[in-house]
Amino acid sequence: MKYIDEYRDTELGKNLIKRIAEISKRPVKLMEFCGGHTVSILKHGIRQLLPSSIEMLSGPGCPVCVTPVADIDKAIALARRPETIITTFGDMIRVPGSKSALQKEKADGADVRIVYSTRDAIEIARQNPLKSVVFIGVGFETTAPTVAASVMQAMNEGLTNYHILSLHKLCPPVMKALLLSHEINLDGIICPGHVCAITGARPFEFIAREHNIAAAISGFEPLDILLAVEMLVNQIESGRHAVENAYPRVVHEDGNRHAIDIMAEVFEPSSSCWRGIGVIPESGLRVKDKYRAFDAEKVFEIEQPVSKENPACICGDILRGVKGPYDCKLFGAACDPGHPVGPCMVSAEGTCSAYYLYGGENE
Amino acid sequence: MCLAIPALVKSIDGAMAQVEVGGVVRSVSILLTPEVKDGDYILLHTGYAISIIDKDEALKTLEMLQELIDLETNQV
Repeated sequence: MKYIDEYRDTELGKNLIKRIAEISKRPVKLMEFCGGHTVSILKHGIRQLLPSSIEMLSGPGCPVCVTPVADIDKAIALARRPETIITTFGDMIRVPGSKSALQKEKADGADVRIVYSTRDAIEIARQNPLKSVVFIGVGFETTAPTVAASVMQAMNEGLTNYHILSLHKLCPPVMKALLLSHEINLDGIICPGHVCAITGARPFEFIAREHNIAAAISGFEPLDILLAVEMLVNQIESGRHAVENAYPRVVHEDGNRHAIDIMAEVFEPSSSCWRGIGVIPESGLRVKDKYRAFDAEKVFEIEQPVSKENPACICGDILRGVKGPYDCKLFGAACDPGHPVGPCMVSAEGTCSAYYLYGGENE
Repeated sequence: MCLAIPALVKSIDGAMAQVEVGGVVRSVSILLTPEVKDGDYILLHTGYAISIIDKDEALKTLEMLQELIDLETNQV
């Protein structure tokens, strides 16, 4: 397919890796923030092909993985309401809450439906005027505008039975929190290409400006990622720090103005809890008061039991880049994609799932 | 979750467009990219076009990759 195949060229890739090995002099730690990057890096064997001077760490860029158990429990509580249809992207239904999962609720009779788009959820609301349809809004800046668009659509149509549970999260604040924690000393960050398609590069400039860390925005094909790594190594070796764009065909300077405006029309930043990381100010999105009629948290009384996580699961440490999947006792034993214990093994772009499927040998 | 793929715009009708992905034609919302035209490639994410792919930049990146590699080959 156009704009995919060209960026998977093996010969170009081999030569680019040679070039990276040539310019990489000192050991560096790079973090790929985005789970989509983790999958691509492992799937294409990039981790093994890069010179040993380059260590790649996976970051918290998987929206399903960073959703705390308490929020999964909230979605489950909503699924138990009578005359309610839960609509959600696929990964969410398998994530274990404290005692159940949406998948289990569905098996027990709850009406939980996987949708591809918020447009499908809107259609379900149109077809079921006597039921409440709740869309579980999980995602970063890439996805939040599409959820905002659905709320505006519902408003315009007078679709009063459509609601969203906004669990959206924003990427720059969590990056800032990770860097300020000093738990890991990074030399460079691969920034999330499809988040930046919406936001542009500017919200990520603090990485270079305030933290003196190299940054490169990357697409998701192997050559995109190798180009970003080349840019990072180049910056580090020459003592520069900047946010470079290795994905300019998709990430334009100002991002997507329309998407930013629609997101700002419906949502406002709010503090948000990240699994394994904690509460980060201004890192989530709540529904603005103007649209409160579409906010599931305002419309329904959601019973919130005390939530608990499986104490053996180290998803939290993995999301912060402090530990890797191979450090977890459960990995590949009690926890695998068929029977996930934690969200990092559930989501297709979770670090544990990617390592389980494509990780190769534990080095 | 942020998975998005390139798709070719075949026709536009108001806030919707018909796009082709790997031979399959489907209907997507262009609410977030209202300036899109027939023949453009868009980035498709959960039923919405979220970015219009810049053909010139795409070409420039490929040229830049080639230049980096030529640089490497000349050094060796």
